[in-house]
Amino acid sequence: MTGLVIVRPGLLTTVQDLGRRGLASLAVPPSGAADRHSLRLANRLVGNGEDRAGLEATLLGVDVACGTDRWLAVTGAPSPVFVDDRPAAQYAPVFVRAGSVLRIGPAASGLRTYLAVAGGVAVPPVLGSRSTDVMSGLGPAPLTAGAELPLGVPQGGPAPVDLAPPAAIPDHATVRLLPGPRADWFADSPVGRTYTVTGESNRVGVRLDGPALRRTRHDELPSEGMLSGAVQVPPSGLPVILLADHPTTGGYPVVGVVHPDDLWLVAQARPGTLLTFAAARR
Amino acid sequence: MRILPFGLTGWLIEVDTTAEATSLYDHLRALAPTGPMALVTDLVPGARTILLDVDRPGISHADAAALLTGWRPGAPPAPTGAQTVEVPVRYDGPDLAEIAAMKGITETAVVQAHTGSELQVAFCGFAPGFAYISGLPPVLHLPRLDRPRTSVAAGSVALAGGFTSVYPRRSPGGWRILGHTDAELWNVERDPPALLPPGTRVRFTAV
Repeated sequence: MTGLVIVRPGLLTTVQDLGRRGLASLAVPPSGAADRHSLRLANRLVGNGEDRAGLEATLLGVDVACGTDRWLAVTGAPSPVFVDDRPAAQYAPVFVRAGSVLRIGPAASGLRTYLAVAGGVAVPPVLGSRSTDVMSGLGPAPLTAGAELPLGVPQGGPAPVDLAPPAAIPDHATVRLLPGPRADWFADSPVGRTYTVTGESNRVGVRLDGPALRRTRHDELPSEGMLSGAVQVPPSGLPVILLADHPTTGGYPVVGVVHPDDLWLVAQARPGTLLTFAAARR
Repeated sequence: MRILPFGLTGWLIEVDTTAEATSLYDHLRALAPTGPMALVTDLVPGARTILLDVDRPGISHADAAALLTGWRPGAPPAPTGAQTVEVPVRYDGPDLAEIAAMKGITETAVVQAHTGSELQVAFCGFAPGFAYISGLPPVLHLPRLDRPRTSVAAGSVALAGGFTSVYPRRSPGGWRILGHTDAELWNVERDPPALLPPGTRVRFTAV
């Protein structure tokens, strides 16, 4: 064993890098880490390029065993981290000996934790990315116990820091909303309104509950291109915020788009989180 | 035609018809990747739109409008060197009889309408490599099934909403199935991975 072995996969753990660009015209979703900031930080902490593949765990963390001595780093949702049952730091490079097990426990807040390994997870890329796309089935399948992932060659030492303090993940977040192409299809704007993140959310989209948005036009929208962060409104009037594995075209009107710098807050919003939309301009 | 903002950096260009969107897509993707086009990471055609997915701020409304210089709605499509992709079909689909009955024509007439049309991929969506192919005659315009199937085999040739397509892999699906093809619609080892990317001219043939 020389790679990274999944000891406990948790709720849903996938391989993620920064995703597939430039293939949306073929209906290939962007995919990649839902919270890209956190994956980038984890990679920097272990001395990787920001685009290396790591693991994205959901709510309950993941346990891995390392086949070789490696620097690892855990970022994203604040979670307890252990190496062989000894507490270890999150948001910091952690040296893990061959055969040791790194355990990431349930997130105290937020939803997704990220694990970077020096050298990166080196599964074969598919269409330029190693990311798992849960909607399209591209990339490696969600990880199961016993799966062994090959690792790349470390490019340098870990970041010379003791700790990279993370931004807090609030249970009531304000996210900025930019203009959507179909804002004029609605009598209402989500701006100033507060919604609750529901459990019917995944890497494809985050479904919200709260005040329904009324439409002024009731004709069917011909399918049009979609982007991450787009706030789609199905006939129920309850918004859905598209995340990394979103379909590339859709037939529900987009009332607004979450600011790219705030999208990580949406990706980290566990069910029950409150989201208030604030107006933003291009 | 309208140019609509889509988020921090994107633009959605809306035209009146699918044929215009296809012609505009041809125009935009023929532009050199310089100036504003250097910032465009993806051109995503839709049924009546082209989405400019833009990497970082830098394309103003005026810049987006300037990209349309030289393109006119309704202009005949520029002659392209693109070959027509022929898709051989066994017209043995489970919905063929109902399609014929709904339109009051014979199954043979359905097949003739499907094979006799000049078709072109307008856009992709739903699943990687799933092409929304336009150009069907009105006699083949039918709504989706009331009850989608939970599983449709890869290679199923189907139609709905004025478009025809081929399912690239097994998936749920609500389109009406005319037949099946052995053509490989999607292969990640191929460049491009899709047999039928937007703009491709398509002819179905009966085998």
